[in-house]
Amino acid sequence: MANRIVVDPITRIEGHLRIEAEIKNGIIVDAFSSSTMVRGIESIVKGRDPRDVWAFVQRTCGVCTTVHALTSVRAVEDALGIAIPPNAEMVRNIMEGALYMHDHAVHFYHLHALDWVDIVNALKADPKKTSEIAQSISNWPKSSPGYFSDVQKRVQKFVESGQLGIFANGYWGHSQMKLPAEVNLLAVAHYLEALEWQKEIVKVHTIFGGKNPHPNYLVGGMSCAINSDGAGGLNAERLMHVEKLLKEGKDFIDKVYIPDLLAIASFYKDWGAVGKGIGNYMSYGDFPTNGYADLSSFKFQQGVILNNDLSKVHDVDHRSSEEIKEFVNNSWYDNYTEGKDKGRHPWDGETKVKYTGPKPPYEHLNVEEAYSFIKTPRWKGKPMEVGPLARLLVGYGRGNKEIQDAVNGALSHLNVPVDALFSTLGRTAARGIETQLVANWTLEFFNTLMNNIKNGDERMANTDSWEPSSWPNETKGVGYCEAPRGALAHWIKIKDEKTENYQLVVPSTWNASPRDPKGQRSAYEEALIGTPIADPNLPLEIIRTIHSFDPCLACAVHLYDEHGKHISQVQNIASCDS
Amino acid sequence: MSTNNENRKTYYESIINQGYSRRDFMKFSTYMAAFMGLESSMVGQIAQSLENTPRLPVIWEHYQECTCCSESFIRSNHPIVADIILDRISLDYSLTLMAASGHQAEAAKAETMKKYHGEYILCVEGSIPLGDDGNYCCIAGKSAKETFLEAAAGAKAIIAWGSCASNGCVQAAKPNPTEATPIHKIVKNKPIIRVPGCPPIGEVMAGVIMHVVAFGRLPKLDRLGRPKAFYGKRVHDTCYRRPYYDAGLFAETFDDDNSKKGYCLYKLGCKGPMTYNACASMKWNNGVSFPIQSGHGCIGCSEEEFWDNGPFYERTTKVPGFAVESNADTVGKVTAGVLAGGLALHAIAANISKRKELMDRINRGKSNEKNIDS
Repeated sequence: MANRIVVDPITRIEGHLRIEAEIKNGIIVDAFSSSTMVRGIESIVKGRDPRDVWAFVQRTCGVCTTVHALTSVRAVEDALGIAIPPNAEMVRNIMEGALYMHDHAVHFYHLHALDWVDIVNALKADPKKTSEIAQSISNWPKSSPGYFSDVQKRVQKFVESGQLGIFANGYWGHSQMKLPAEVNLLAVAHYLEALEWQKEIVKVHTIFGGKNPHPNYLVGGMSCAINSDGAGGLNAERLMHVEKLLKEGKDFIDKVYIPDLLAIASFYKDWGAVGKGIGNYMSYGDFPTNGYADLSSFKFQQGVILNNDLSKVHDVDHRSSEEIKEFVNNSWYDNYTEGKDKGRHPWDGETKVKYTGPKPPYEHLNVEEAYSFIKTPRWKGKPMEVGPLARLLVGYGRGNKEIQDAVNGALSHLNVPVDALFSTLGRTAARGIETQLVANWTLEFFNTLMNNIKNGDERMANTDSWEPSSWPNETKGVGYCEAPRGALAHWIKIKDEKTENYQLVVPSTWNASPRDPKGQRSAYEEALIGTPIADPNLPLEIIRTIHSFDPCLACAVHLYDEHGKHISQVQNIASCDS
Repeated sequence: MSTNNENRKTYYESIINQGYSRRDFMKFSTYMAAFMGLESSMVGQIAQSLENTPRLPVIWEHYQECTCCSESFIRSNHPIVADIILDRISLDYSLTLMAASGHQAEAAKAETMKKYHGEYILCVEGSIPLGDDGNYCCIAGKSAKETFLEAAAGAKAIIAWGSCASNGCVQAAKPNPTEATPIHKIVKNKPIIRVPGCPPIGEVMAGVIMHVVAFGRLPKLDRLGRPKAFYGKRVHDTCYRRPYYDAGLFAETFDDDNSKKGYCLYKLGCKGPMTYNACASMKWNNGVSFPIQSGHGCIGCSEEEFWDNGPFYERTTKVPGFAVESNADTVGKVTAGVLAGGLALHAIAANISKRKELMDRINRGKSNEKNIDS
C-alpha cells in the first residue's frame, strides 16, 4: 500500500512549489510537482514597447535577477538584427558571471546546506579539530580554533535564547544527517561568512547596472557609457572596483565554497546513487566571446545528451517549430484549439490561465487532471533536465578540455565513478565545479574589456535601430542564455512597433513541469523515484533532491496517507527547551 | 511592548553574547540613526531602546512576488545589521531562508501566531490575487488571501515590502490578469507601513525594521503610508546630475558624447522628476551607485502604477495625462499633488537650501525644456 506525502511549502527556493509523492515500503514510487502561483507576465507585456519588455520580464525572478533582462534584450536584438559592441558583450558576461558566483554560493550555503548540515549538532564540536580540518582543506585565513570557538558560542547562545527563528523545526538530529560535529561547525561558520560575502559580489551589478537586485539593461548594448577621461561614465576607478570585487569573489569560491563542497560531499557519497533523473540533458550555451552570433565562441556549449550517452551530443535549434514545444495538457491553462495532446512552438504559444484545480483550502491536488501552473516543454517530444549538470555534461560530451579536467578532478578527489554525476550529489557538485570555471572566465572577460578600452574602443551601445520607425512592420526573434538554473529562452513577435506575442520557457519549466500527453515525467518528478525515505513525517530526502535542482518557483509539500488523510503533525524536534 | 519577555534576550544582551563589544553596539546604533535620518542626539535613545527591548518575532509572507525584496534585504550593508536582522529579530517564518519545509514550516508559523498574538510584526512580500476566488496563489493548500488574513489578525503592525505588496507592481500592470491587489486594500484595521520600490533599497528595509525594533513604534509616515525619512524627496531633487538639467545639458541618445559626460537623462525617459525615493541620496548596495549614475534613467519603480506610466524611454512630459507644455518640475508637482497631497514644493524646498534658488532652477528648467524639441 502506497502512502502519499505532500510537501507544501517547499522552502529555501524562489516561488511556490508543492511536491506530492507516493511512498511504498519506504521508497518513493511516484511523484507530482506543482507550482501554485501565477502572475500572467506574458500577457501583460503584449502591446508594450519591445525596448521596455526586459524590465517587465526581469521581475519574473529577483533571485536570478539579470538573466531574464539579458534574455529579453537578446530576443529583441535578434528580432531587429542588432549586433552589440564588444564592450557591452563583455559587461553582460561579467554581470552574468558575478550572478553565477553569487547565486551558486548563496544556494549552497543558504538554500541547500541546511539539508546536509546539522546546526544543533555543531554545538558538540571540538573547535580545535574544526580548525585542523579547515586548515587541512584550505588556506582561508579565518580558521583559528578561537574563531570556531566564537562561532560555536554564538550558536550556543542562540539556541539557549529560546527563539530559533529561521532554524526552528529544522531537520536536526535526523538519521540522514551524517556530518561529524566538527564539519557541521565549519559549515555553520561559513554559512554566516557567506551571508556577509554575498552582498559584496553583487556590487558588480550596481556599478554597471545601477542597482542590485534588478540592475538595468538596454536593447543595443548597455547604458553604462565608458569615459576613461571623465567622472561621468565608466572610468579607471569604477573598473578597478569591479576587478577587486571579482578577485575577492573568486577567492571566496576557491578557498571556502569549493573546499566545503568537497568536504561535505565526501560524507554523502551514497547520494551519488540517489536522484538519478531522466538521463536527458540540454544546454543552450552561453558566455559568447566573439559575438552572440558565433556559437563556437561560447564558453558553455550548446547541445542535447540523450539517455546519459555522453558520446553523442545533438544540436538545438530554437527556431525550428519541430524541436521545442510546450504542452498544457496537465497545466491550469486553456487547451490549445488544435487539441489537448498537441504542443506549440513558443513563437505561436499562448498563455490563457484557466484554473481547474481544487478550491482552496485543499488537502491534495487531483493529479489525474491538470495540477500545476507550469506548462510542459519538450525537445523533440522528450523531457530534458537543464542546469549546471546539463551544462557540464554537454561540455564534457563536446570534448571541452577545460570542463573535462574540472569534472574529472572532482570525481577523482571524491573517488567516485562517472555514474555518480547522474544524481542529487552530481547536481550539487556540478554547481560548484562550474562556479569555479565561471569565476575564472569572468576575470578573462574583464581583461578583454580592459584591453578593448586600452585599444581605443569605448563603444557601449549600438543605437542604429533604436528608433521604432526604423523597424520592419513585422519581425520575430529568440533570445537565450544559460541562467544559473539552466537553459532559458524568450521568444518575441513584434508587429507595428509593439510586442505582439511573448513567451518565456524558463529552466524550472523544464525541470519542474507536470507530465506530458505521453505520461512522461519531467526532471523533478523522475529524480524522486526510487528515493528511500527514512521517516515520512520528516521528508528530508525529498527536499535534498528537489534542492539539488535549485528550484526557482514556490513549492509546497504536504504529507498525507493513502486515504488522503494528513499524517500527524511533526513535533518540534528543534525545540530549544529540549 | 511584550508580555513574553522572560526568556527573550534584549538586543544588547544578544550582541554582547555574540562576541561584539559595547563599542560595536554603539557603532551600530549610530549607523542606524544615520540610516533613519535622525539627529546624532538620538543615538543614545536608540542604544537605550536596543539595550532594553526583547527580540521581536517576525513572520515574513511571500505571495505574488519574485523574491527581489528578500534578496535586497540581505544586501543591507553593515555586517551587524545582517546579524541583527537574521539573528536578533526572530524571523520565525520565511519561505526563502527557513530550514523547515511543509508541515514543519507551517507549524513554526502557527506557534508564533499563537504565542505572540498581538506582538509580532507581519512582513508581506508580494501582492494578493483576488481573481478567480484567489486560486492564483496557494501556499500549503490555502489561498494567499486566507493566509494573509490569518496572519494579519494577530499582527501588531504590517510592513508592505516593495511595490508588489504596496502597489501591486508588475502583475497589477494592465490588464492585471490575476487581479493582483496591494495589501492595504485587503486589511484596513491594522497599521501598515508601505515600503515601495522594486525592490526597496536594502538599507531602507533594515532602517524601517530597526525603527520599529528600536523605538517600539512605527516610523513617521506620509499620507501614502510611506516612511518620511526615505520617501520624502524626489530622485530629481537629490540627483547629482541635477545641475546638468538646470543648465540644459542632456544626453540625446545612449552612449553619445553627452551620456559619456554624465549629462542629464531626462530626454531618455528618466522618471526621477516624478519619483519619491532615496536612490540618489543613499544610493544602492552600500552607496556604490544608482541607476542614473550608471547611465540609465530612473524607471520610477517606487511609484504607483509605474509600469503603466511608460514607455520608459519617453520623456516624462510626453507621458499621457501630463500636459505637453509642462516640464519636469511641474510633472513632479502634479505627481506629488496626486500622490502625496501637497507636499511637493515644500519637500523640494526643504531639500535645496534656498527657496529662491529652487525657483530659479525651475525657471531655468522651464526655458531649457522649451528648447528640447526644437
